[in-house]
Amino acid sequence: MTAYDTPTPEVKEGVDEDTVEAVRKLSGTYKYGWDTEIEMDYAPKGLSEDIVRLISEKNEEPEWMTDWRLKAFQRWQQMEEPEWAMIEYPQIDFQNQYYYARPKSMEVKPKSLDEVDPKLLATYEKLGIPLKEQMILAGVEGAEDAPSEGRKVAVDAVFDSVSVGTTFQAELKKAGVIFCSISEAIREHPELVKKYLGSVVPVSDNFYATLNSAVFSDGSFVYVPPGVRCPMELSTYFRINAENTGQFERTLIIADKGSYVSYLEGCTAPQRDTAQLHAAVVEIVIEEDAEVKYSTVQNWFPGDEDGKGGIYNFVTKRADCRGDRAKVMWTQVETGSAVTWKYPSCLLRGDDSQGEFYSIAITNNHQQADTGTKMTHLGKRTKSRIVSKGISAGKAQNTYRGLVSMHPKATDSRNYTQCDSLLIGDQCGAHTVPYIEVKNNSSRVEHEATTSKVDDDQMFYCRQRGMDEEEAVALIVNGFAKEVLQALPMEFAMEAQQLVAISLEGSVG
Amino acid sequence: MARADLIARRQEAAATRAETMTLPEGAAWATEAREAARARLLKMGLPTRRDEYWKWTNPESLIAAEAPTAAVFDADEAPIFDEIDRLRIVFTDGVFDAEASDPLEMAGIEIARLSDAARADIHWARDLYGTLEARGHASVERPFAAFNTAYATDGVVIRVTGTAARPVNLVYRHASDGSDVILHHLVKVEEGAELTLLETGPAAARFSGGLEVEVADGATFRHVRTQGRDHERREVTGVFARLGTESTFQSFTLTANGKLTRNEVVIELTGDDAVAHVAGAALGDGKDFHHDDTVFITHDAVNCESRQVFKKVLRNGATGIFQGKILVKQGAQKTDGYQISQSLLLDDDAQFLAKPELEIYADDVACSHGSTSGAIDEDALFYLRSRGVPHREATNLLTLAFVAEALEEIDDEALAEALRDRLAGWLERHSS
Repeated sequence: MTAYDTPTPEVKEGVDEDTVEAVRKLSGTYKYGWDTEIEMDYAPKGLSEDIVRLISEKNEEPEWMTDWRLKAFQRWQQMEEPEWAMIEYPQIDFQNQYYYARPKSMEVKPKSLDEVDPKLLATYEKLGIPLKEQMILAGVEGAEDAPSEGRKVAVDAVFDSVSVGTTFQAELKKAGVIFCSISEAIREHPELVKKYLGSVVPVSDNFYATLNSAVFSDGSFVYVPPGVRCPMELSTYFRINAENTGQFERTLIIADKGSYVSYLEGCTAPQRDTAQLHAAVVEIVIEEDAEVKYSTVQNWFPGDEDGKGGIYNFVTKRADCRGDRAKVMWTQVETGSAVTWKYPSCLLRGDDSQGEFYSIAITNNHQQADTGTKMTHLGKRTKSRIVSKGISAGKAQNTYRGLVSMHPKATDSRNYTQCDSLLIGDQCGAHTVPYIEVKNNSSRVEHEATTSKVDDDQMFYCRQRGMDEEEAVALIVNGFAKEVLQALPMEFAMEAQQLVAISLEGSVG
Repeated sequence: MARADLIARRQEAAATRAETMTLPEGAAWATEAREAARARLLKMGLPTRRDEYWKWTNPESLIAAEAPTAAVFDADEAPIFDEIDRLRIVFTDGVFDAEASDPLEMAGIEIARLSDAARADIHWARDLYGTLEARGHASVERPFAAFNTAYATDGVVIRVTGTAARPVNLVYRHASDGSDVILHHLVKVEEGAELTLLETGPAAARFSGGLEVEVADGATFRHVRTQGRDHERREVTGVFARLGTESTFQSFTLTANGKLTRNEVVIELTGDDAVAHVAGAALGDGKDFHHDDTVFITHDAVNCESRQVFKKVLRNGATGIFQGKILVKQGAQKTDGYQISQSLLLDDDAQFLAKPELEIYADDVACSHGSTSGAIDEDALFYLRSRGVPHREATNLLTLAFVAEALEEIDDEALAEALRDRLAGWLERHSS
C-alpha cells in the first residue's frame, strides 16, 4: 500500500524528501494519512468470549478484570445499536474485524522509551509527537516563543491496541501523580481502578460503551492526589495503524480533592478505503474543589472526497463532578472521522460544581457528525456553559445534540447554551437538537441557536483586501469559532486553527 | 426491549383500539379515505412513552378505549368572543347543534357539515380529506392524527372563495362527564381569499380534533383558538396546513388548565414567499396540568418566513412542553425561520421541558431559535414594588407582559383584547 493516494509528484534531482513532504503538507489533503509498515500481532478476527479472554490475558489482567469484561460482553450481546443519531452508515459487521493488534516488538514490554522499536518512535515523530522528554511539542509554530517554564507535556502514546510508552513518568511520580497506560494501572494500582472504573460510565451505559467495556485494550490512566496541581500537561496520542482493526481505548482520570490537571488528547489514522471502528470511553472523576480540563483535537481520517473509508468514531465521554465546587471543562475540535457520535457530558453532583463544554465540529465532503453534550445539574448552585460551533461544507451533515437538565434539587443553578451553525455550500446540512428539562424555578436556563451562511459583507471585505476566497472563508470561520479556539491550550489552539483551514479546503466555489 | 418488539407492541395497541371503533358511513371516496387512515394507524401503531416524541407526555389516557371521565366545569363567565360579530357553529359533546348555531351561510364561503359532505358522491372535500394529515407523517409519525381522520364523526368543511366578512366560530360545548369526541374539519382558502376561523370551548371529556387547511396562492388564513378551562379535560389536536405562493397562515392557541393537552401543528410551506406564524400561550396551575405544544414547520420553497412563539406560565407542579422544529429542505433558500419558547415558572414545583430543533439543508438561510426558562425577574418585581404596586399585582403584571409577546402575533386587535381579558382573569383567579 502506498502512503498516499495522491500520485507522487515528479521530484527533480537534488530536491530532498523533506521539501516534498513540506509541499504535501501545504497541499491540504489529510496529512496523517500514511501508515507505518510494522509487523503486528493480531488476535483472531471476530468477537467472542474467547477474544475477550484473550485481550484480558494479553494485558496480564487479574481475574476480577476478566470477569468484569465478560459481564460487559454478555450484556452487549443483548443490546441493539442506537439509531437515533442523524448519521447514516453501512451496517457494521462486528465479526469482521480485529479487536486486538499489537506491534510484534511490543510483545515483551519495553522497560523504558529507549527500548521501544525505533519505527514506532519515528511514527510519533512524524506525527509531531516526539516521545522524547522535551520541553515542548515539536511541530507547533510559535511554540518556541512560549515561556519554557511549565510548558512540559507528558505523553502516553497508544498505537492500535497498546500503549507504546509514557513520558515524564518519573517526574510526575515525584509530584505524586500517576500517569500510565490503563493496562499498567490495572496491574499496579488495582485498588484505584476497581474503585473508579465504570463508576462514571456504567458497564451497560450504552451499546458502544458496553462494547468498549468488554474489549478495551489500552488507554490512559491518571490519578492526581489531593491538593496537587499537576506540574505539566498530560496527553495521550492515539494512532490507529493496522487495517480492519478497531481501536477501543479507555481513559480514566481521577482528580482527588483540590487537585488540578489539564489533559490533551490527539488522534489520527492512515488513509484507507475501508472504514474502521473506534469506540472509546473516557471517565473523569472530580472530587471536591478539584478541576480538570480535557481538550481534544480529533483528527481521525475522515474518508476521501467520495466518502470512502474513514473512521467511525463512537465515543462515550463523561465527567462526574462528585465533590462540591468541582469543575470540568471539555474542549473539543472535531475535524476528522467519517462518522462522529460523541457527547462529552458533565454530571454536576456537588454543590457549586461547574461544567463547561466548548466544541467546534467541522464536517466536509461526506463526513457526518452528531455531537454535543449533556449537562445534568443535580447539586445546588451548579453552573454550566455550552458553546458549540458547527461548520458544515461539501455534502456533510453536522448535528448538535445536547441535553440540559435541571433537577428539582438543583436550585439556583444556571445554564447558558449557544450553538451556532455555519453552512458552506448548498449540499450540506446543519442541525440542532437540544433537549431542555427544567424542574425547579430558581434555576435559569437560556438556549440560543442560529444557523447562517458565511456573511457576504465579510467575504467582500476580505476579498477586497486581496485575500483569495479560501483564505477569506478560513479567516471568517476562525472568527466564528474563536470562543472555542480560545479555550484550547496553546499547543492545540495553533493546530486547531490550521485544521480549520485544511478541513474546509476545496469547499468554496 | 428490542426495537422490533416495541413496534409490534405499538401496532397491537392500535389494532386493539381500532376494534372498539367503527368507521363512519359515507360515500365511496370518504370510506376510502377513512380506510386509508385506519391502515396508516395500524401500521404506525399507537405511541408509548418510549417514542421520541412522546417521552415527555404520557399518551395512555388518550389511547384508553374508554375516555376517562371529566366533570363539566362551570366557567361562570360569558363565552369568549361574544362581543364579536361571528358565524357560530355549535357542537355539544361533538354533536352538531342546529338550534344553537347560526345558519351555515355567508357571502364568499361555502360551509357544510362533514357528515353531509362525506355522503355526497361528488364533493371538493374529496381531494383534501386526509391528504394533508397523510403528508404530515413524513418526518415524524402522528398516529393520533390518523386515528382522527379514520374515525371523526363530524366536523365542518369550509371553502372560501372571497373575503369572509365575519369570522367562523366553532363553539365546542362540553355537557356530559364521559363524552369522547372526534371531530375533523377541512378548510380550503382559494386564491386570494381570506378567512378567520375561531375555535372555542372545552369540547368534551376527551377530545380529538383534526384540522386540515389548504391555503392557496395569495390567500390568508387566520386561526385563533381557546381551549376551555375544564380541569379534567383531555385533548389531542392536529392542525395540518399547506401554503401556496405568497399565502399567509396564522394560528394562535390559548390554553388554560385542562389535565392533558397535546397540540400538534404541522405546516408545509410549498409556495415561494409564503408566511406562517404559529403562536401559543398556556397557563397551568396544579400537578394535574400537562400541556404539550409540538410544532413542525417544513420550508420547501424560496424566500418564506416562519415564526413560532410559545409562552407558558406554570405553577403548582404544572408541566409545560415545547417540541418545535424548523426543517429547511435543500433549495429552500432565503428562508427566515424564527422560534422562541419560554416558560415562566411561578413556583418551585413547575417544570418546563423543551426541544427546539433545527434541521437545515440549505445554506442561504437565517434560522434561529431561543428557549429560556426561569422565575419572575426579581429586579423588575422590585422596581414595581418600589413604586407601590402590591406584590400580587406586580407579579400578574409581569406575567401578562411575559405572555404579551405571543399575543402580539394576533393581527386582529379585538380578538387579541378578548384573549388578554381571559388571561388577566385567569391570573386574578390563580395568583396567591
